[in-house]
Amino acid sequence: MTAVSEVSSRAIARARWRPAEIAFWILVACCAFLFPSRYLIMTDIVRLALFALSLDLILGYAGIVSLGHAAFFGVGAYSAGLMALHGIITEPVIALVVAGLVAMVLGFLTSFLVIRGVDLTRLMVTLGIALLLEALAERFSNITGGSDGLQGIEMAPILGLFAFDMYGKTGFFYSLIVLFLLFLLARRIVHSPFGLSLRAIRNNPLRASAIGVPVDRRLIAVYTVAAFYAGIAGALFTQTTALASLDVFSFERSADLMLVLVIGGTGYLYGGLIGAVVFKMLQEVFSTITPQYWQFWIGLVLVVIVLVGRDRMHRWALWLPNLVIRQVAGRKAVVAVPKSDAP
Amino acid sequence: MTIALETTGLEKSFGGLRVARALSLRVEQGARHALIGPNGAGKTTVINLLTGVLKPNAGRILLEGHDITDLPVHARVLRGLSRTFQINQLYADLTPLETVGLAVSERLGRGGDWWRRMGTLDDVNRETAEVLASFRLLEVMNERTATLPYGKQRLLEIAVAIATRPRVLLLDEPAAGVPAGERHDILAAVAALPRDVTVLLIEHDMDLVFAFADRISVLVNGAMLVEGPPAEVARDPRVKAVYLGEAADA
Amino acid sequence: MTTLFTILFDGVAYGMLLFVLACGLAVTLGLMNFVNLAHGAFAMTGGYVCAVLVNQSGWPFFAALPLAFVASALIGAVLERALYRHLYARSHLDQVLFSVGLVFMSVAAVDYIMGSSRIFIKLPAALEGQLDFFGVGIGRYRLMIIVICGLLTLALQLILARTRFGSRLRAAVDDPRAASGLGINVPQVFALTFAFGCGLAGLGGALSAEILGLDPYFPLKFMIYFLIVVTVGGSSSITGPFLASLLLGIGDVAGKYYVPKMGPFVIYTLMIVLLIWRPNGLFGRTVAR
Repeated sequence: MTAVSEVSSRAIARARWRPAEIAFWILVACCAFLFPSRYLIMTDIVRLALFALSLDLILGYAGIVSLGHAAFFGVGAYSAGLMALHGIITEPVIALVVAGLVAMVLGFLTSFLVIRGVDLTRLMVTLGIALLLEALAERFSNITGGSDGLQGIEMAPILGLFAFDMYGKTGFFYSLIVLFLLFLLARRIVHSPFGLSLRAIRNNPLRASAIGVPVDRRLIAVYTVAAFYAGIAGALFTQTTALASLDVFSFERSADLMLVLVIGGTGYLYGGLIGAVVFKMLQEVFSTITPQYWQFWIGLVLVVIVLVGRDRMHRWALWLPNLVIRQVAGRKAVVAVPKSDAP
Repeated sequence: MTIALETTGLEKSFGGLRVARALSLRVEQGARHALIGPNGAGKTTVINLLTGVLKPNAGRILLEGHDITDLPVHARVLRGLSRTFQINQLYADLTPLETVGLAVSERLGRGGDWWRRMGTLDDVNRETAEVLASFRLLEVMNERTATLPYGKQRLLEIAVAIATRPRVLLLDEPAAGVPAGERHDILAAVAALPRDVTVLLIEHDMDLVFAFADRISVLVNGAMLVEGPPAEVARDPRVKAVYLGEAADA
Repeated sequence: MTTLFTILFDGVAYGMLLFVLACGLAVTLGLMNFVNLAHGAFAMTGGYVCAVLVNQSGWPFFAALPLAFVASALIGAVLERALYRHLYARSHLDQVLFSVGLVFMSVAAVDYIMGSSRIFIKLPAALEGQLDFFGVGIGRYRLMIIVICGLLTLALQLILARTRFGSRLRAAVDDPRAASGLGINVPQVFALTFAFGCGLAGLGGALSAEILGLDPYFPLKFMIYFLIVVTVGGSSSITGPFLASLLLGIGDVAGKYYVPKMGPFVIYTLMIVLLIWRPNGLFGRTVAR
């Protein structure tokens, strides 16, 4: 084999689908058919997974800590809601994309504020933007419906063919397909030269610029893309629940999202997906123990995760799957969160 | 002779501390130029000014006649001014293949490509293979950089800089900390750098400087003290005084 | 003209309250570069301690205030030794996650114990109503706040400027490494300062129940205000946060009076513009290293 073809094949091999990944998606597909009575909660998980995937793009791949990612979720949610309510765009798929684009524009505009400064300034600016939007939505309650939210949203059938049903079946498959397509796109992005440059930036921005990477431009680009993803997640929320209220912008939503991603691990795309499942299950368990005060346990989980250490926790969590893989496939683990790669 | 890199009257101060004073430096095309100086002379400041990490308070920097004083770091790299790092600043979790591939794809303007996968771009592959081969890194290209022997890491450092196809290369103490056994590889790699690449070597190790350089500038307290061919600089009483003084202090 | 004075007066009272609430956070951030989003939880603790003592045990208001300080300071000291100190060297992301977790826990715990509705602290009759000062109505309660917080600020300034502890603290904020080289026990200085800052927040929480409202969501609602004080004011001295608090207080009161419909919009916009203009704070040298 010549050096060039070896270089090429080695580089491509990094982006190849691994057995564990295929198994993951088969498992997801199985769940879709195995639990027909749980479409609503599963739709919830899928939406959250997409939202977490969006945060992973900026946190896991570019190292931007955001306390206000709900801003884009909220903009997407209200865009989709208003379009459906006023009959501007009734076809859900087109409305979904448009809502994502609206969030994307906001992401692009605010990215210039976010890429400036240190972590703390970023925290403040992202938090500030989300609070600002919440205040705006409250101020213009004649448009947004204020704290009651948008009332009486009716969704047209998807592509004019599939009507939303009361069991949430259509909504679930619709959300799942959207998640899968956007996941494929994200996977494509992180394995491209662009994605590689993001990893370099997160690990050491100064070094990246010394290799010739235009750091600011890349951060603006990925922040904009992440805003698109979050906007789509928000729009899915409105379309599948026919609701949009002020709490789409809330701080708790942004904070929960961080927890989701932290549970699943950052920087390998599946973290948000796995985290969403675990988070929703935890939420279910906690709310059966103490219906009103499940937030206490969520907080406790956050504190424990940080004190134990995120790396260590993921090693523990992956111990069993890795053991199985070693036994079955007789090789080193494929599911692993790179240790020092995590921010 | 044409001038590859030139600075005129560079000034930099932090608060009241002047770390670069009226710094003027001319590096000729294709030269093997060394910048030496005792500890604290301001060598690191000079590198940071040249590469754009720091902005000078006054003065200009010209790369092949073009003013690059106001360009950001990455734009200078794309114009042909690259550097290596002294302490290990390589990406521990990337492989040599990825590190070099990143530099090559940025140089070829493919860094913003978000659709095609790494490894599917023919021009990037070709150059990456070329660079890896010429620094004898092909056999370790798929290993995490952190696990490579230190000597290989230093080679990768130079390889990454070369992958950006520099017209002028700043080598910041390329052999620092390399064990004696692996030192030869580094020196050979430095000696084998293409002749059309102008090299500015920032170095502490006098043996390396005198073996390598055809011209030497001596920096003291942020200002240029002497500049000339090695033999001349070695004889200069002021240089002797600076280095003897340092030796006496140490 | 009189409304202007009233707004100014209320704004100053509000601002001074914010300063007492947030100055502990400024020191935490400056000294250990620790992003503690849970600072408001300590304030809430103080508020509830005071409320329980006054409303349920029948303590006089002024006797309960010091207890609010002590309770928050104690809890702060315990948490610092048990949890916080393990996280100083961690990334900002870890610190944020940890302190958000604490906020969630405190919110749910207080909700569970005390209920979710807003509570009021019974005030002595002497603090109710208004004084008439050359035709300007001055709330007695707010006047007391200005007096107490003003005295506290002066005391803090004196402690920082005149005492041995103050000079150690300033040295440690300036350069922790150099300070420990000089034989200053930086972790100890930090633990004391942390506890003291929490105590001040607790006192502020007790004082603010009347003005800001006290309910389990206090730490979330006012998190952004504390952060604004710290980021805008910088953390290199207490003058910066003090001025920032006053500006924020007056701005917020004036904003709510003149453009009531814009709500908190004015403040957030101002903050974002300020942070763009001066990423390291209006008066600060560097907020985070």
